[in-house]
Amino acid sequence: MNKRMFISAAAILLLAAAPFLFSLFYLNLLAEILILAIFALSLNVLVGYTGLVSLGHAAFFGIGAYASALLSKEWSPQFLVTMLASLLIAAIAAAIIGLFCVRVNGFYFLMLTLAFSQMIYSFVHQSTTLTGGSNGLSGLPSPVFGTLDLSHPVFLYYVILLVFIVMYIVLSLMVKSPFGHVLIGIRENEMRMKAIGYNTTLYKYAAFIIAGAIGGVSGALYSTFNGFVSPNDVYWTMSGSVLIMVLIGGAGTMIGPVLGAAFIVVLETIVSSYTTMWTLIIGGVFILFVVFIPQGIVGFGRALTKPSANRLSFSRKAKALVKKEANQ
Amino acid sequence: MRKEAEKDVILHVEGISKHFGGLQIIKHVSLTVKKGERIGIIGPNGAGKTTFFNLLTGDLLPTGGKIYYKGKEITRMPNFRRAQAGIVRTFQKNNLLNELTVLDNLLLVLQRKRGMANIWFKPRNARRWLALFEEAEHLLQTWGLADIANERVKTLSYGEQRQVEILLGIAMEPDVLLLDEPTAGMSQAETNYIAELLRQLPKDITMMVIEHDLDVVFGLAERMIVLYNGSIFIDGAPEEVRSDERVNEIYIGKEKAAGASYL
Ligand SMILES: Nc1ncnc2c1ncn2[C@@H]1O[C@H](COP(=O)(O)OP(=O)(O)O)[C@@H](O)[C@H]1O
Ligand SMILES: [Mg+2]
Repeated sequence: MNKRMFISAAAILLLAAAPFLFSLFYLNLLAEILILAIFALSLNVLVGYTGLVSLGHAAFFGIGAYASALLSKEWSPQFLVTMLASLLIAAIAAAIIGLFCVRVNGFYFLMLTLAFSQMIYSFVHQSTTLTGGSNGLSGLPSPVFGTLDLSHPVFLYYVILLVFIVMYIVLSLMVKSPFGHVLIGIRENEMRMKAIGYNTTLYKYAAFIIAGAIGGVSGALYSTFNGFVSPNDVYWTMSGSVLIMVLIGGAGTMIGPVLGAAFIVVLETIVSSYTTMWTLIIGGVFILFVVFIPQGIVGFGRALTKPSANRLSFSRKAKALVKKEANQ
Repeated sequence: MRKEAEKDVILHVEGISKHFGGLQIIKHVSLTVKKGERIGIIGPNGAGKTTFFNLLTGDLLPTGGKIYYKGKEITRMPNFRRAQAGIVRTFQKNNLLNELTVLDNLLLVLQRKRGMANIWFKPRNARRWLALFEEAEHLLQTWGLADIANERVKTLSYGEQRQVEILLGIAMEPDVLLLDEPTAGMSQAETNYIAELLRQLPKDITMMVIEHDLDVVFGLAERMIVLYNGSIFIDGAPEEVRSDERVNEIYIGKEKAAGASYL
């Protein structure tokens, strides 16, 4: 077992033991971190790996959250059903919105994603019949898994942890795959990727749909966990928060967005018990990061431990991986 | 007879033009390129050589005229499809994945060529992957770049980056290879090395080379095109161009007057 696997195993064990170690307050905090970490991981596919900075990712979080809320209310509180349906609906929404967004780059991509998410925000904000307008939807039935009632916070925590682990593994494998390498190539130099024959628009579109679908899963978990959903979950400040999580944690790394989510949620919990000027604090922290640690928590840690690490080279890692596989 | 001749033609350009705003940069250029031909393109800076390449690769779309490749019209085909179809370019200014290593750059080419770019999860078939690495290493060895395979492109010298730029073009297994000033910015030793390697490329690769180094271009090309003000000024054998009074007048005369290289 190598060092990396050891750390992963220890982390999973610790997370699995959390219900026995922490009070309910901290367990819920951890659950929130895991949900937002999935959200940040999904955005990281775009921002960190494909180089597309979206300021509208809350659109998919919100769509997942509302889809799950409506489905559980009107149809079935079966956890698997609401989760998969939310994933599908968010993916379809991303497929439609992405059709427009992936045609542009840089600033225009940022503005277009923002515009689409604000359109969805105004819809859920104004449609009192379907989405409950500014009140949102509350009193959601507690989720069930088969015949198992998940209303117990410990059960719910384990389900969230399981979804988190699955998403983390799926995305890790994806970014190490040839497909993931194409995304990295697009981030580095799209013109070059076209010159060597890649239909970059199609790859960006695929990345957009994947990010949207997983963003939808995190939203669905969020409304299931909270028992309510409000238009704030779709508002652009939500998109801003998750972007800050990705950037503070370390874009283009797997663990970065998770650390970023933990950092922001913990900071918010501490700060908001002292002051109401939460957004001011997070803004200030973000500026400090951009100025002093632009590569995020992960990049900073790496710079301290192994300054010469070739962060972006994927061929060495891929080669080590396949050599190991071939020998088995 | 006509049929035979047409079968030999790989690229046919019919009166293409390119305007930028009110300026016409390429003026009704027509050209027929036979399979396996090696064409040198010279002309003063701003003549439109790079723009002409951009039209052939689809990086720019012409404002008039038509382009045929292997008998099919490709005038509006997107650039990546032309690259897939075998029209491959190198850039005048190095245009690589600078943060990645030389091997990373090369693997991105090879994984697409070998139909592996759409694997979405970790390599399933490890042997196929190892074969890809072996192919990459073989290419790097052939091109004398094995030593820098794991260096990030941005840490290389300009001349080394230039070689990577060309290597990516070769790795694409092109039918038509368009080289835009391949030896610009290289040392004399590097230039000689690259010129020799280009000469030794398989004869069935059709090549068009924009080049300022006349020794390189005359050593490589069996047909020369002089582009001037967006039009083909001369299209003929190297000896013809070398001895042409007008070419001497325009370029070498200018060169003397300005004390700089215009070619
Ligand atoms: N994208 C563009 N927009 C406007 N003008 C351009 C563009 N690309 C090239 N040009 C102009 O076209 C002319 C020919 O450029 P180029 O094809 O690069 O010449 P060459 O490669 O022969 O030196 C130049 O005057 C240049 O300024
Ligand atoms: Mg040029």
